[in-house]
Amino acid sequence: MDTGTAPLMHTPLASWHRAHGAKLVPFAGWEMPVLYTGVVEEHLAVRERVGLFDVSHMGRLAVRGPGAEAFLQGLLTNDLARLRPGQGQYTLALNEAGGVRDDLIVFRLGDGFLVVMNAGNRGKILGHFRERAVAGVELADRSAELAMIALQGRAAPGLLAAMAPATLGLPRFSIGEFLVAGETMLVSRTGYTGEDGFELYPRAAGATALWEALLAAGRDLPAVPCGLGARDGLRLEAGYSLYGHEIDEETSPWEAGLGWAVKPDKGNFIGRGALLELKARGPRKRQVAFTCAGPGIPRQGCTLAVGDQEVGSVVSGTFSPCLKLGIGIGYLRGPAGGVSPSGETPDAVLGVVIRGRQLPVSPQRLPFYRGTAASAGGVA
Amino acid sequence: MSAPAGLRYAASHEWAKLDGVRVRVGITAFAVAEIKDVVFVDLPAAGTAVKAGKSFGAIETVKAAFDLYAPVSGTIRAVNAALAASPETVTKDPYGEGWMIEIEPAGSDAAAKEWGVLLDEPAYAAHCATQKH
Repeated sequence: MDTGTAPLMHTPLASWHRAHGAKLVPFAGWEMPVLYTGVVEEHLAVRERVGLFDVSHMGRLAVRGPGAEAFLQGLLTNDLARLRPGQGQYTLALNEAGGVRDDLIVFRLGDGFLVVMNAGNRGKILGHFRERAVAGVELADRSAELAMIALQGRAAPGLLAAMAPATLGLPRFSIGEFLVAGETMLVSRTGYTGEDGFELYPRAAGATALWEALLAAGRDLPAVPCGLGARDGLRLEAGYSLYGHEIDEETSPWEAGLGWAVKPDKGNFIGRGALLELKARGPRKRQVAFTCAGPGIPRQGCTLAVGDQEVGSVVSGTFSPCLKLGIGIGYLRGPAGGVSPSGETPDAVLGVVIRGRQLPVSPQRLPFYRGTAASAGGVA
Repeated sequence: MSAPAGLRYAASHEWAKLDGVRVRVGITAFAVAEIKDVVFVDLPAAGTAVKAGKSFGAIETVKAAFDLYAPVSGTIRAVNAALAASPETVTKDPYGEGWMIEIEPAGSDAAAKEWGVLLDEPAYAAHCATQKH
């Protein structure tokens, strides 16, 4: 990512973060809170109660017009035809070689689509979409006009229902317009933590008032503001991919375990031909999720080894506040990593190298932690 | 938190205290102010040789590992075993109960030279003033 020397961008909540003691760091060209009081405290607040995240740095693009659906179908891997108005889906934009340009959420609204993309890929995706836009397709970048606040945790539905009762009936991955704290705004039942919860899209000018209203409504729980540090640990425990880690331009959806978001039968889309070829040829690398058997915290870039042979590297790693263990996701390459047509799985002796010492790891099935998202929504 | 008198400091924010024939080592209050969510302190076993300026261990936090550098060369003679059960002590009492290792310097000439390179209190304070958190 080219962050260059350009000044950092600020979300509509930037002054609130600064005034409330957030530790601010540069992230994808934005100045963002990494923590307020502590990563573990904020992480556990979301697992046990509810937390609030400013995710206004993410990109929000409206796609409208009679050609909107066909246009998006040609750019994205999942099948939009399956979405009724008010429904959303996780999807991918690929490059011509079948690598991942970005992972996104697309919602079908009454008058078109809302596409939510990663902050670090916003420029790339907007350029990619604009380059291919044809007559009958209107693209409107709504990133500056709307903010985005994630309310996450098992207590989120109750908290929001006290302010907007109708949100309780919103099914998982659905979106609708609701009156919250005196303003009509889009609210979706989505998130990146593995817990039940919502993402709210207020006008930028109303973001701070909404944020404070949500905190006030959750005062007795309490609901706490959470930074990107907790967000990353929560998503890793939940087994969600993060762009630039599990997925990038050199990784196919098959290799990243995201084949479920690819619907090759829906018709042509960018990267489809390459994807089918890659599938026939077999994976170039194999994803492995693991916990550390002893005290040790894997980090991005750590070597994965079988005996004294390097077989891959870690793409995400952290200490899991819920498992109280080091957890990580990496990719294995070559026959010794079990990546060959007849490859034996070497997981039994897989190790991670931390500061020159090799620690044994135990391969795991994702997610590391199953939160309340799995059973969320649709209670109406 | 003010530092006890008689300490010397590395630019990498370890303190060193001459205690008989051993040098006790920890990290400074300035350093720990940046460190949150400590998970464990990764220290080598007694008997391990260390070299001045080289990493001898790390403070592992949820988000990052902070490397620890030996202020002098020698052999580790004692390790603060209490940190295994309560690693957060390094941030709560960095100059006292949060000490990490004791090094027996390798040879007197080399040790004197390495000791002489370490910063005294005013020089370390000036060094910290050039760094922002």
